[in-house]
Amino acid sequence: MAEYLQGRESQIVTKGVDSHELVGGKPSVAGSVSQRACVFCGSRVVLYPIADALHLVHGPIGCASYTWDIRGALSSGPELHRSSFSTDLREKNIVFGGQDKLYQALHELIDKHHPKAAFVYSTCIVGVIGDDVQSVCKRVQREKNIPVVPVMAEGFQGSKKDGYKIACDALFSLVGTDESMEVSPLSINILGDFNLAGELWMLEEYYKKMGIQILAPITGDGRVKKIQNAHRAALNVVQCSGSMIHLAKQMKEKYGIPFIKVSYFGIEDMSDALYEVAKFFKDDSVMDKARELVKDQLTTLIPALEPYKKALQGKKAAIYVGGAFKAISLVKALRLIGMKTVIAGTQTGNTEDYRLLKTICDDGCIMVDDSNPVELSEFVKQTGADLFIGGVKERPIAYKLGIGFCDHNHERKLALAGYDGMLNFAKEVYETVTSPVWQFVSKNKE
Amino acid sequence: MQKAESIKQKVMPSGDAFASSCNACKQCTPLGACIAFKGMEGVLPMLHGSQGCATYIRRYLISHFREPVDIASSNFSEETTIFGGNRNFNTGIDNIIKQYHPRVIAIASTCLSETIGEDVQRLIFEYRETHNTEPDLPVMLFASTPSYQGTHSEGFHEAVFAAVKTLAEASGPVGDHINLFSNMISPEDIRHLKGIVEDFPIPAMLFPDYSDTLDNTSWDSYRRIPDGGTTVAQLRNSAMAYASVELGYILNSGGMNGRIKDNGTKQSAGEYLKGKFDVPLVRTGLPIGILESDKFFNALATISGKEIPVKYQRQRGRLVDLYIDGHKYVSGKRAVIYGEEDLVVALAAFAAEIGIKPVLCASGGESGKLAETLREVLGENYYEEMVVGQGMSFERMEEMMSELQPDLMIGNSKGYYIARKMDIPIVRTGFPIHDRIGAQHTHVLGYEGTMILFEQIVNTLLEEKQRKSSIGYKYM
Repeated sequence: MAEYLQGRESQIVTKGVDSHELVGGKPSVAGSVSQRACVFCGSRVVLYPIADALHLVHGPIGCASYTWDIRGALSSGPELHRSSFSTDLREKNIVFGGQDKLYQALHELIDKHHPKAAFVYSTCIVGVIGDDVQSVCKRVQREKNIPVVPVMAEGFQGSKKDGYKIACDALFSLVGTDESMEVSPLSINILGDFNLAGELWMLEEYYKKMGIQILAPITGDGRVKKIQNAHRAALNVVQCSGSMIHLAKQMKEKYGIPFIKVSYFGIEDMSDALYEVAKFFKDDSVMDKARELVKDQLTTLIPALEPYKKALQGKKAAIYVGGAFKAISLVKALRLIGMKTVIAGTQTGNTEDYRLLKTICDDGCIMVDDSNPVELSEFVKQTGADLFIGGVKERPIAYKLGIGFCDHNHERKLALAGYDGMLNFAKEVYETVTSPVWQFVSKNKE
Repeated sequence: MQKAESIKQKVMPSGDAFASSCNACKQCTPLGACIAFKGMEGVLPMLHGSQGCATYIRRYLISHFREPVDIASSNFSEETTIFGGNRNFNTGIDNIIKQYHPRVIAIASTCLSETIGEDVQRLIFEYRETHNTEPDLPVMLFASTPSYQGTHSEGFHEAVFAAVKTLAEASGPVGDHINLFSNMISPEDIRHLKGIVEDFPIPAMLFPDYSDTLDNTSWDSYRRIPDGGTTVAQLRNSAMAYASVELGYILNSGGMNGRIKDNGTKQSAGEYLKGKFDVPLVRTGLPIGILESDKFFNALATISGKEIPVKYQRQRGRLVDLYIDGHKYVSGKRAVIYGEEDLVVALAAFAAEIGIKPVLCASGGESGKLAETLREVLGENYYEEMVVGQGMSFERMEEMMSELQPDLMIGNSKGYYIARKMDIPIVRTGFPIHDRIGAQHTHVLGYEGTMILFEQIVNTLLEEKQRKSSIGYKYM
């Protein structure tokens, strides 16, 4: 067993071997090369898909540059979110303050693009030089008559999860400020789906077939007006990511809107997501439609999965993703195609999430919180995984280790949610694991 | 705000004149520093600042080079910004040593650590003091790279300078080697330059050499630090070279956009070695195209006293032949060229010598020297109608391009959306290339690289012509 960095022991647990609990939510250790980004990243990622809002990053160019159009979040209309706006602070702004520049930038950009709202992201340096972003936003809001929301997401304040919370606060400030939309009594908001590769549209189709209206998608294919009206929905359906639960709780407290936690990955969880909503509305016709929809989908899906299951039976998978709900769904989805999960980890899971994760993992599975390349490469070597599921920073590790990879992060352009997504997932896993290129890699398995 | 009609001006105002940038044509300084640092053997780069910087820069580089890129961070917290970063710094160094056992820890600052006034040299000194009984402590060096001064290009050159300044030491007689400071080029181009000096032969230290660390083979077992890179010994010895050859006219010599006071402390590595150790310095541009490549080969021949190997003379001959084969397809075509300033100069010189009109030369850089350098380098081939854009963003480029109506774009993949909107072809080169594989194998330097680039441009134009033709010729 490899030696871990001091302070990391409580964040690595092998089920059936270690007795201690897997702890989440700790800040990353300096020098560990954690895969996590910062608070700004958390906020940016959540608010990014709101397509008719202006997203202005107040800071030096890097923060905006690295987040320019990297997300697969699709929009059915405006695409203002695909441009990268920054106040591009220079040394003289650092010395003399960047407030004036921010004010001017907001005016110019709002005049040019006519967004329905503006989000102003504060970055590390703004926190230090003390620009009063909030007062600039208030002033511009008054002058331009659109919501101008400060997102106080300085990178050093905490971790990515804190960024999620700050984004939720920003969204919550919009909720309840408009009532002009028509809302059916069978209406829900979808929280925590970002419409990667059109996954939200897929879900909309399913719910529509059941007779359910999706009032506000938050934030996939997001529109400011829908978010403003979100308090009028009957139910919040929260994809169990750490990113949105805070908003759901805020809406429950203020508007009495109940929420349920679901996941759209894998067959079981996808079907539950539909049934739970039907159950909530206590409407037989809705439940009937849900059952029919699921039956229809499964009739084609299950047989289609068979050949993949046959080829992948017994293969081992490693999962390292951002949030815990995804890891949990993936363990189940992999089981459906005959694969065993030998490593399951996340960047931002909390201790409670990990308890749940443990219950569905097999013995011998290495569970890890806030891992890094050194650890991950060691784990793969130890467990002999054949597949790695993760994001951009995990892919080169997988490839150098000579194993297949499935891109399951927010940059992906392939839909992996819902029933179609499950088939896409099986296909992607199959194609990478069974590719003949691995014959040229001689693996040093211990 | 400047409107597109002001194209009557041939040199665009710098980005500083604008309150915001939309779709900037640059990245921040620490990113450039990290690329340069990866050119050292046994290195683990560390950014002193927020965790996000390291992670974002890793992602950006991984997506281009398609290699693992491990960059550590001292993980600033709110406390750190108030009380200072020494505890985080020390923990960071400890953990890097424990996990990676690097030969070198190369540290760059971020806007955060610079603004709170972190004295990283002191932190390094104190760390060494408290650990002075430990054998084999890694070499530690520091480059000052606040992200609000300059672009990733300045960060790159600052890191190269910092490594040389920290390590170069006088020792014994002048050696039989030269230094070759190759600028921010691709791993494939680095290999090509190394091949050239080897063929003369001229013993040379090429720095920064990330041709292996950022473009490695498939591995039998995972390597925490990839092999390759310029060694510490070579860098120490750079002071004893009989000459330095530095590629690039502008490097980090410019105005440092938005800087308050230019205390003239910016030096390139070559300038430093000349000033401190009397190592003669030869400056030439990135060798793209025949004229610029000639300058490079002639420089090598002159300083070494050796003839240019026949192999390259024949390559040149074949290139001239190729130019003639393809001249009709490119003649008079209007191109938009963008990227780092030195790259833009090299590409523009190449474009001009084959008959392409560089209607817009754009860079996110703001050295203030782009226009004059273009004029000087292109000389007779200078295209009078050329618009030079500094501190550019893609949005401003797009505005200008709607007026200029170019035939093609030559630059990194971030420009694709404009090419798509305008339905013109884009020839991908430079950094970053995020929508194709093989970015690390971009080969544009020397006669051989120019051949590949020339073919790429001509064939792109031919493909465009073929695609848009209603007849569908199979013979062009």
